[in-house]
Amino acid sequence: MTSEIILQAVISGLLMGLIYALIAAGLSLIFGLMEIVNFAHGEHLMLSMFSSFWLWTLLGLDPIFSIPITIAILAVSGILTHYFLIRYILKAKMLVQICATFGLSIFIRSFAQFLWTPDFRNVKDPILSGRIEIGNIFIGQPQLYASLICLVAFFLLYLFVNKTETGLALQATAQDRQAAEILGIPSDKMFALGWAIGLGCVAVAGVMLSNYFFIFPDVGVNFALFAFVAVALGGFGSIIGCLYAGIIIGLVESVGGLLIDPSFKLLYVFAIYLAVVIWKPQGMFGRY
Amino acid sequence: MNSSLETAKLEPVWNTNKKVVFSVVGLLISLLLFPLVDPNTFYLHLMIMIFMHAVMAQSWNVIAGFSGQISLGHGAFFGIGAYTSSFFFVEYELTPWIGILIGILFSGIIAAFIGAVVLRLSGHYFAIATLLIAISFQVVFQRWELVGAASGIWIPLTEESSWIKLQFHDGKTEYYYIFLILFVFIYFLTWMLSRSKIGFRLRAVRDDPQAASSLGINVSKYKIIAYVISAIIMAPIGSLFAQYILIIDPDRMFNIEISIIVLLITVLGGIGNVWGPLLGTAILIPISEYSRIYFGGTGGAVDLMIYGVILMLICIFRPAGLISLLPLHILEREKQR
Repeated sequence: MTSEIILQAVISGLLMGLIYALIAAGLSLIFGLMEIVNFAHGEHLMLSMFSSFWLWTLLGLDPIFSIPITIAILAVSGILTHYFLIRYILKAKMLVQICATFGLSIFIRSFAQFLWTPDFRNVKDPILSGRIEIGNIFIGQPQLYASLICLVAFFLLYLFVNKTETGLALQATAQDRQAAEILGIPSDKMFALGWAIGLGCVAVAGVMLSNYFFIFPDVGVNFALFAFVAVALGGFGSIIGCLYAGIIIGLVESVGGLLIDPSFKLLYVFAIYLAVVIWKPQGMFGRY
Repeated sequence: MNSSLETAKLEPVWNTNKKVVFSVVGLLISLLLFPLVDPNTFYLHLMIMIFMHAVMAQSWNVIAGFSGQISLGHGAFFGIGAYTSSFFFVEYELTPWIGILIGILFSGIIAAFIGAVVLRLSGHYFAIATLLIAISFQVVFQRWELVGAASGIWIPLTEESSWIKLQFHDGKTEYYYIFLILFVFIYFLTWMLSRSKIGFRLRAVRDDPQAASSLGINVSKYKIIAYVISAIIMAPIGSLFAQYILIIDPDRMFNIEISIIVLLITVLGGIGNVWGPLLGTAILIPISEYSRIYFGGTGGAVDLMIYGVILMLICIFRPAGLISLLPLHILEREKQR
């Protein structure tokens, strides 16, 4: 095994990790805001990939141009999720909250299967295709741009949450709902906004993934699992933690797969999850 | 104070309301006589599925309802039970009856090990860990050559029906009675458990772990006990189901759908109540079996879609489950005159 192969694995792990980071950031934002884990996160990712696929198939819109449309679709679906489901379970027991979003995930996944069959689909010949060759290392163009755009989206999210007034209002609601209400921040609207932004992040990741990933109703499951792990690793509620955690997971997945056995990738990531939540339950950057 | 607590714990079984006892006995007798009216195979199958899911949901109810730990991967123990009895039968011609016992032993041991690690987590962390564990089991069994990897195990057909090899080819009546006996046995046991000292301590751990621990209850020990008990209940159902369908593969036996359905049944019926899973099963399994008939096997997503909607509606409108709509006071003891 040469160093080039390892370098190749490191780079592809890094690129994948940035995508995991953005998906996890959406999850973490929602959790930090209202302490609800969105078990339907992977299904929302799947929806955004299908949205990109259909915009390409029906309207001939390349994924790179359909990003804003998909963001809008997912943001609206996030707001609807909040007003039709989450609003009623905000004060419920955790069991009920877990079951409700789990129910949503079952519903979306089987609905997709019902509408679009379990077939594997893909976007043929998108603008982003081919690969770049640096020395003996190959980097797929779609993968590269997906990661770059996810990184950009991640920093926009970070700036939004930390530098704008609305972002600070979001943080205030996350820290103390009642106090924020007294200051005139409507927590209900903030929650809806949190869902819109959280799923907007997923939309960016989903569209970029649809450039080179197969699209099928179960596609979100593994991504969601990795996002859960990333959020636990980075600390529930921490956004910047997701960036580091996503990269670590991407690296473990690809380098572990290279060094040991690629068919057990999930188990390596799982091992990290257990190790982190047992020894450092608050995660690396967690508030909790 | 202390003595009244003692009597509350040790309230004898025969003090139960007589009406409830009569209706339960009546129900049992009618279930025992049901195959004698010569129903068609579909109804027998439906009843077998009801018994099976009632027990599976009860298993989940023990860990999630009694001790408050939400496991999203309970199907793993179902798969372990199925694989253990089938493996020993195929490799060593060991009768599935002993295989069931070995399966119970294995799943109990595995649950104790897993529980010792993951039950230190609480809430979402535990739920996510169990989800990951269930998927890991599936990944491992899909690649484990000894147990047939992805193609699974085919249990060889016997020439004729045999109680020792637990295969019946003439009809489903024998299976009906086996599942019925297991169902009655498990429900009786969990009912006893819910009113035993362990049951009360588990609920204390669920409702307020800190208060429970300040009263001298070893919280993590009781959580592990609940996890092991619920794994032990799940395993024999896996083994019996393997004998019922005779083909097992990782995709079916470790399917995440098993974990979903036990959760759904229990939440629908009423979580934390011994009779909740039974009510949930009696409602949901007929819906699921009939929808399978109407929409066909390939459109299987339809029943999952219905499950998802039901689960969300229950969470919004009736988090205590449908059993909270019933007049539960009849279950209470008659006032002594």
